[in-house]
Order: sequence, then structure tokens, then C-alpha cells
Amino acid sequence: MARAVTNQRKTVNTVVAWAIGLLIFFPVLWTVLTSFKTEAEAIADPPLFFFFNWTLENYSVVQERSDYMRYLWNSVVIAGCSTLVGIVVAIPAAWSMAFVPSRRTKDVLLWMLSTKMLPAVGVLYPIYLIFIELGLLDTRVGLVIVMMLINLPIIVWMLYTYFREIPGEILEAARMDGAPLRNEIVYVLTPMAVPGIASTVLLNFILAWNEAFWTLNLTAAKAGPLTAFIASYSSPEGLFYAKLSAASTMAIAPILILGWFSQKQLVRGLTFGAVK
Amino acid sequence: MATEHSRSAARLMMAPAVFLLLVWMLVPLTMTLYFSLKRYLPLRGGDLGWVGLDNYVRFVTSSSFWPSVQTTLIIVGGVLLITVVLGVFLALLLDQPMWGQGIVRILVIAPFFVMPTVSALVWKNMLMDPVNGLFAHLWKFFGLAPVEWLSQAPIFSIVLIVSWQWLPFATLILLTAMQSLDSEQLEAAEMDGASPFARFGHIVLPHLGQAITIVILIQTIFLLSIFAEIFVTTQGSFGTRTLTYLIFQRVLESQNVGLGSAGGVYAIILANIVALFLMRIVGKNLDA
Repeated sequence: MARAVTNQRKTVNTVVAWAIGLLIFFPVLWTVLTSFKTEAEAIADPPLFFFFNWTLENYSVVQERSDYMRYLWNSVVIAGCSTLVGIVVAIPAAWSMAFVPSRRTKDVLLWMLSTKMLPAVGVLYPIYLIFIELGLLDTRVGLVIVMMLINLPIIVWMLYTYFREIPGEILEAARMDGAPLRNEIVYVLTPMAVPGIASTVLLNFILAWNEAFWTLNLTAAKAGPLTAFIASYSSPEGLFYAKLSAASTMAIAPILILGWFSQKQLVRGLTFGAVK
Repeated sequence: MATEHSRSAARLMMAPAVFLLLVWMLVPLTMTLYFSLKRYLPLRGGDLGWVGLDNYVRFVTSSSFWPSVQTTLIIVGGVLLITVVLGVFLALLLDQPMWGQGIVRILVIAPFFVMPTVSALVWKNMLMDPVNGLFAHLWKFFGLAPVEWLSQAPIFSIVLIVSWQWLPFATLILLTAMQSLDSEQLEAAEMDGASPFARFGHIVLPHLGQAITIVILIQTIFLLSIFAEIFVTTQGSFGTRTLTYLIFQRVLESQNVGLGSAGGVYAIILANIVALFLMRIVGKNLDA
């Protein structure tokens, strides 16, 4: 009897949860479906759900426009390099705060967090001006720098929370054995820290890939990443639903897949360890 | 314990990150403060000298200031209300036993990974377009006149789009918090005959309290500066000009840098008030 009730409840849960899940996912699904339609089918009335002539034409058209590939490459370079540089800067900082904490560690961490809270629009013009003066406007280097800086607090924080989980005794043991600091980091700490570092890389790559304030304001045709490319479709003359969908699908697919792996890190990374 | 040697090494290792963030914070901030005290029109005469607090006064007395504050509050408040209420509901639901839980989780979380310009554009064109959008088809199917969402209900539309983007975040965090709830406590309460509502009100909700606070604070900080969603959909027209968008227009579109910078300082102060509460919670957690 009890089992039957549980199963019944489980069925209800399943149905309700799947219905809501699909409803929430629907805009993404619809975009993906539309990307396989012809332009005429994409705006057909009534709308076509699954029974249309599936075609890859939109993908090849969008691919052929060489500028799409450039935007894609810009996204990869900007998100990738900013994350890597950020990691390189953050690892020593997070390491020292986790293993050699001082009285000021907490204040430094909170201060770093506070820089993340600075509203971008408040410093828009200074950054814009600095970019013009240094010739960084619409360059990938410029965006790598800005993206690295806006994500650095999150990177430090995430690494810090991961490093803190590494038992300190292991490091003490290595130190007792006379291992120099460098060896301690390379041979003892790094292998234990790799999973945490990988998660941090993943989440920050996603955040940088999707960032859409600085990328829209500091780039034009040359260094614009996919966020800017997609935004250029918002002009009325550029309305081709199927092609827009294909471009959108390509822009979000890699991140959806990465995001899948980073669900847990998302909570840690964006709540600064306050929710575990 | 840490030796003097490792202490100085630690300081050295922290130096690059601290230095970079210090520069990143202080230089633009100082410049914004500097510009906010000047009449500065790069395209119309450049630096026209010091004006004291004139820009601050003019920014808050301009006719677009209060509407933009109102719009900001409605959008932030609306999104918070929707995402927290639905987030709690979804967290409760996803915490229940069911088939295909992992897949449902992925479906629910997906919107968070869609870049803001894509979600804004997909909603604007493929769902909300009054002629070809799916909503228009749906409305016609039920014999209703299609709605021009972005001009007839612009703020509602933006709240809807942004809520869709942030619901996964709220759900994920509340679900994580949910999972740390002691299920024995709930079972004991059920045994004692507590109704589902009583169990929710007396056990679940208090347990989620801190997570909800954190969701509200973090989302507020991000929502105060939403930009792409408005940039792509309405460009600030139809009363959707938020404080962030107003400052953006002052600074880059009309190139009134002094005025825009004063607005920027207001935005920074506003964000810092919210951040202060968040930091207190995060800081307490660090001690634990």
C-alpha cells in the first residue's frame, strides 16, 4: 500500500516536473528546431513543430559568411585567454590565502568580491576613454584584459574555496620532508587542486562567453564576439528566423554542453561559498 | 605554523591579483568621480570646466530620472518575485523522487547558459513578434488579437525574458540548499501529523531563509545592471529605460560624460548598499 502511494506520487511528480521542465526549455528547443527549417517554414502559420523538411542549409549559409567564423573565433579567444590569464594570476593568490591565511585574508577576499559588485555602467566612460587612448577599442587584447579583470574576483574565490578543502597536513608533511615551496606547489598541491581548477576554468569560460555589456560597448566589427554578432541581428532588416536560429544555436550549443558539466560549480562560483 | 618566510612568499603571491584589482577599481572610479564634477562634452567643446555638484543635481532633477528609477525597481522587483517564488516551488519539486530527475534538471537550468543577446532576440522575434511570433499564433488560435508585446506591455515582456534567464540560478541555489535539509526532521513532522503547509512554513522555509536572502542579494546586483536584454529589445523606449540604460545613453549616445558620470556614481552607491548586506553574510560564512 505504502509503495503504491509512493509510486503514484512519483508519477505525479514526474509528469509535473517534465511538463514544467519542457516549458522552461521550450524557447531553446524552438530555436534549435527553427534552425533546421527553411525561412518559409520558419514563419509558417500555423507553426510547424516536427513535420517539416529538415535542412542543414541555414548552418552552411551562416558558416559561409566568413564573418560568422571570425566572431566565433573572437569568442573563443576572448573567453579562453581571459580565463587562462585569470587562472594564472589567481592561483598563487588563492593558494596563499588558503594555506597561509593572515588576519587580513578575510578582508582581502571580501574586498575582491566588492570589486565584482561595481556596476559596469558606472565606469563605462573611463574604460572607453582608456581604450581609445591605448588603442584597445575593438581589439581582442582589450577585451581579454577587461574580461579577465571582471572575472578575477570569482576565479580567486572559487579557487580559494577549493584549495581550502585540501587538508593542510599534507602540505605540512611535504614541508617537513624539506620540499621547497615550488615543489610543494607543483607536486603536492597541483594534483589535488586540478579538479577545482578545471571547474573554475569551466565556469569562467561560460561567464566570459556570455558577457554582454563590455563586449557590446567596446567592440565593433573587428573584435566582436558572438554576443555582438547576435545583437546585430536585432535590426529589422536582418530578420531571417531560420538563419538567426542557426546562428543562435551555434552560439549557445557549446556553452549548453559545458554548462551541463558545471551545474554544481555554478552554485559555488556564484554564491561565493555562502551556499553549499 | 606558517613561517616568516612563507608569509612574505604569500604576500608576494597575492600581489599580482591584488594589484590588478586595485588598479581596475581605483583608476576608473577616480576618473568617474573626476568627470562627474565637470561639464564634459567630448563632441561639443570637450572639457568646459568644473561645475561642482551641478551634474548630481541635474541628473536627479532631469525628467527621465524618476521614471528610470521606477522602471528599474519594477523590473528588479518583478524578476525577484517571479524567480524566488517559482524557484522555491521548483526546488521543492525537483527535490522529490521522480523519473529522469537529471534530465529535468538540465532542462530547467538551460536558460542560464544562453547568452543574453540570444535569449533577448529569440524572445523578441520568435516568441513575441506580433506577426510571426509563436505567441501571436497561440493568441490567434484562441481567437484573440495578437499582442504587440514589446510596445504594449514592454516592462512585463522584459521582466518575463529576464525571469526566464534567472529562474535557473534561483532554482539551482535553492535546490542545493534544499538538499542539505535533514529529511528525518520532515518525516518526524509528518509522523506528528503536521500538514504539508505547516511542514513547508515551519521547516522548509526557515531552512531556505539564508539561501533565499543570498539569491535576492546576488540577483539584485546583477539585475540592477541588466543591459543586453534592453539594448536588443526596446533600446530603452516604451518606458523601459532603466537607470543603467539611462546612464549608458547619457555617456555614449548623447556623450554628456559629466552628467552620465554623476549617474554612474549614483549607480555605484546603490549597488554598494546591496553589496554591503551580501558581504556581511558571505563574511560570516568565511568565519565558520
